[in-house]
Amino acid sequence: MIGPLRRWRVMRPQEQRSGYDVVIVGGGVHGLAIAYELAKRGVRDVAVLEKAYIGAGGSGRNTAIIRSNYRTPEGVAFYDESVRIYERLGVELGFNVLFSQHGHLTLAHTDSAVAGLRVRAEVNQLQGVDSVVVGVDEIRKLAPALDLSDRPRYPIQAALYHPPGGIIRHDAVVWGYARRAAEMGVHVHQGVEVTGIDLAAGRIAGVRTNHGSIRAGTVVNATAGWASTIAAMVGVRLPIVTHPLQALVTEPLKPFLNPVLVSATLHVYVSQTDRGELVIGAEIDPYASYSHRSTLSFMETSVAHVLELLPSVANVRVLRQWAGICDMTPDFSPIIGPVPDVPGFILDVGWGTYGFKAGPVAGRRVAELIATGQTPAVLAPFSIERFATGSLIGEKAAAAVSH
Amino acid sequence: MSFLISCPRCGPRDVAEFQYGGELQSRPAPGSDIGEWSRYLYDRDNVAGIEKAWWFHRSGCRRWLQVERDTRTNEVGKVAWTLDQGTVVDG
Repeated sequence: MIGPLRRWRVMRPQEQRSGYDVVIVGGGVHGLAIAYELAKRGVRDVAVLEKAYIGAGGSGRNTAIIRSNYRTPEGVAFYDESVRIYERLGVELGFNVLFSQHGHLTLAHTDSAVAGLRVRAEVNQLQGVDSVVVGVDEIRKLAPALDLSDRPRYPIQAALYHPPGGIIRHDAVVWGYARRAAEMGVHVHQGVEVTGIDLAAGRIAGVRTNHGSIRAGTVVNATAGWASTIAAMVGVRLPIVTHPLQALVTEPLKPFLNPVLVSATLHVYVSQTDRGELVIGAEIDPYASYSHRSTLSFMETSVAHVLELLPSVANVRVLRQWAGICDMTPDFSPIIGPVPDVPGFILDVGWGTYGFKAGPVAGRRVAELIATGQTPAVLAPFSIERFATGSLIGEKAAAAVSH
Repeated sequence: MSFLISCPRCGPRDVAEFQYGGELQSRPAPGSDIGEWSRYLYDRDNVAGIEKAWWFHRSGCRRWLQVERDTRTNEVGKVAWTLDQGTVVDG
């Protein structure tokens, strides 16, 4: 929770105006990155409306993993640009975001998983992303704590090694963007919840909030978990189902685990933070829900799976667990761009379980879209029209589980 | 365990016994245009509130049922083979 002192240190409170050129709904990494990139382009009459506090949703609940070793060329291009921005983000924002590029290992326990990793390595290398399939001997050097014997039910056969992958301090990313955007003239209003969106002659005219109405010609839906609710305010139904995703963290240990470990077979991923805690996450809960409550069954299964990988942490205690809510699309890819039926309404939603790592590039490209009125090439495959034309992207192999 | 669903045949059971089958929808009439079918296939209300959805009692009697549930709290309301009479024929 951000106390009063910290709120002041990150950015000054601003007086809410009666109208802005652009209103961004959602004060997470996406909304704040869009605001910052708009300000950089000279569009400064911008407000970010956040119903709780900045970073309260997915941006503060994810497991902070950054990588670009996706399966489809569209996905690789997108996330690679994001990794490059993240690499320079601390300098750009003047805020230390603690990006540690420890490397990322996607483990394969079956022949079909090894084949899948080979495809990903080829797609990645063709686009200049550092990504290679490594065998057990190499894995042992990278992560000596892993159980690489034949003891587990599904012994590890190979891994996709992605050296630029790593973890970051997710709160710092949110605060860095918010502070820099606010310095450049953007308004960030916390505790302001959008309750309705006004249309005039079929166009966006403004938003209604619990702090009064705001006029705006452009409204960006940059929410996670609430994308369908905000879109329903302008009568748009989205191909999204909202699921919880849970994570847990252990007590701190001495540094022993360098790369991020991911196992799709075991439905688990684990990394060691700079403070020494193990952060463990899993697949989404298998039913639609907006509930933030954690479950014992998640902890039991995730912990059991981590012990298959790292038997030496058997006596480590779990400190806490939590849940975030994720907007899942049918093809495990986001929905970005304008909505043809509602001029002025821009989507940056459907980010499922992979939104945090894409925040900077989504921000940069959505800002370009708003400022120029042209859809950048990297965004074009992710338009909402792809569902009507059947041009789905199919990122499931790399986006489900493997964070 | 996070919540229970009372199967009309088996009684209250852990949600882990069930498979979620998505929100209730009405199927477009035969001969509807492709836009209608793609909306049926992909678009969802995804309501933050009372949802009516299909569930399959996978580890129990292996029958499909319909469940009313508040997606904000996971509080389960009415459970029936068919919540709205006339929409589905009991099998």
